[in-house]
Amino acid sequence: MAAFEKRRLWLAVLAALALAFPLLVTNGYYLHMMTISFIWMIAVYGLNLFAGYTGYLSLAHAGFFAVGAYTLGILTVKVGLPFWWAFVLSCAFTSLLGLVIGLVALRTKEHFFAIYTLCVGYIIYLVIDKWDSLTGGVRGFIGIPAPGDIGPLSFQTPIAQYYLILFFLFAVMFVMYRLVDSLTGRTYIAIRNSEELALTLGISTMKNKLASFVLSVFFTSLAGALYASFIRFLGPDIAYVTVMFDFLTYLLVGGIGTLAGPVVGTLLITFLSQQLQFLQDYRMLIFGPVLTLLIIFYPHGIAGGFIRYQAKRAEVRRLEQKANQTAAELAASHQGRSERHVEEG
Amino acid sequence: MELFIQQLLNGLTVGSVYSLVALGLTLVYGILHIPNFAHGALYMMGGYVTLTAMSQAGLPYGLAIVVSMVAVGLLGVLMERLVFYPLRDAPPLHDKIAAIGILLFLEAFAQFVWGADYQTMPTPYGNVITVFGLTLTVQRILIIASTVVIMILLYLFLKKTFIGASIIAMAQSREGANLVGINTNKVAMMTFLLSGGLAALAASLASPINLVFPGMGHLVILKAFVIIILGGMGSIPGAIVGGYILGFSESLGATYVSNDYKDIIAFVILVIILTVKPNGLFAKEGH
Repeated sequence: MAAFEKRRLWLAVLAALALAFPLLVTNGYYLHMMTISFIWMIAVYGLNLFAGYTGYLSLAHAGFFAVGAYTLGILTVKVGLPFWWAFVLSCAFTSLLGLVIGLVALRTKEHFFAIYTLCVGYIIYLVIDKWDSLTGGVRGFIGIPAPGDIGPLSFQTPIAQYYLILFFLFAVMFVMYRLVDSLTGRTYIAIRNSEELALTLGISTMKNKLASFVLSVFFTSLAGALYASFIRFLGPDIAYVTVMFDFLTYLLVGGIGTLAGPVVGTLLITFLSQQLQFLQDYRMLIFGPVLTLLIIFYPHGIAGGFIRYQAKRAEVRRLEQKANQTAAELAASHQGRSERHVEEG
Repeated sequence: MELFIQQLLNGLTVGSVYSLVALGLTLVYGILHIPNFAHGALYMMGGYVTLTAMSQAGLPYGLAIVVSMVAVGLLGVLMERLVFYPLRDAPPLHDKIAAIGILLFLEAFAQFVWGADYQTMPTPYGNVITVFGLTLTVQRILIIASTVVIMILLYLFLKKTFIGASIIAMAQSREGANLVGINTNKVAMMTFLLSGGLAALAASLASPINLVFPGMGHLVILKAFVIIILGGMGSIPGAIVGGYILGFSESLGATYVSNDYKDIIAFVILVIILTVKPNGLFAKEGH
């Protein structure tokens, strides 16, 4: 119980820090970086739900991110819908696409699933790249409006956008937190650990995998739509496999299948990338081996490793306590016996 | 009609390159049951090593290809030793992600060493010949001919030599191969050597008609995956036939459907196959 309270306190401190960030740091560049990393975090949560908890590696998520972003762009600029309508519709459309793809893709397993989704991602990239009249092709897509006003709230300034995106991040984290702690979340983990066993237990694996996939696509498309309204320019590159690999790196460094992982990994890598600016295109010279070494030697990432460390420490403490207790009991009984001895003597 | 035959020939050229890449991929899959996402990076490295051997060391084209095959083959062995060997008991998610890490590294490495520019590879076989009203470069004939030769050599190697037989044995059953005293580590290394060599050969042959650049492996490797699913994961004849099927459908699709969308054809084929047969065509039962 005490540990739980401590965790709550930590979360409150972190949330307060995130809320106070624009007031503490007035530098516009850092505000921009922070906002962008929040968007990545939302997308990585999407990937985490499916890869980390349900145990399927989807390589199409950069594609879904791009579909979310482009749909928002097309609906606002070409169709002329009001922003929030377009926002809701783009998430709905991408989730629907996810449902259709998931229905087919999830019949495949393991390697086939990874290859299948890799190809789906590539098809999405090629379609965006080649369908000039709709997406602007290689030239990109410009003129996406900033988020529209909601009543008295206006999102024209960077600080307002920061809070808007932070709000969505908190919402996603809350949903993830509740989901993972629920029976549904346990079901996903059961599927990850052994699909056959889950099936034997009477879990409808297909239905659960599909639900997990669609929800994970929904998170990612949400991030995509936010990205479009924040950056306000889109290029086909955001659908490319390198973005997918970025998401994977964030997730793995932070800790796959943990709640804190996406936040830790994304913040750390974004921060490191800033420090390694001079490397520019060569940053993968460092991150590529890091990704590989992590998966070999530290597959649980920072958050996962920490949780394991804590669990181990708690176990050691429990054992120590038990040992102490036994020792005390032994000593007591020993003492009792010797006292009896004295009495008898 | 002439256009049709011309496109068939193009399909044969492209299909040859695809087959070589897919062969290496399918060999590794057959042995280790991992989809090596880094195989495209080996292909790309092959192109660069050949190019460097020709331009820096001044080697002739043929010799440069041999150097490249050996170098990339050894790179493959290194990959197996350093990454896939430690991960052999890990969950299936891990080696896929590790392979992606290698892919990212090698691409950044190539860009670091050779730059991001597109480079052309000179070929001594650039002259054009005309047969029955069809024009084709000698390089294309070379691609087709050397692919056929390599496939025959590979077949003989796998069927007639001890190492080849152990590769097949290990592909059939790892435990069984171990039981009869086959050193599975050695066989795995050998397979990676072969796989890298084949990728380097494919890249060196294809580069004079394409270009050399850090991302050159992306599409090729994705198509190689399509091919080995088409031909059955781990199946050698499947990789060859699948490569040519894809080569033909692409060159015909580019002519009669749309040149812009020719790269999508492969993926649409794959999506259709896996939609109908989720375990791939010719899936082995009870594996």
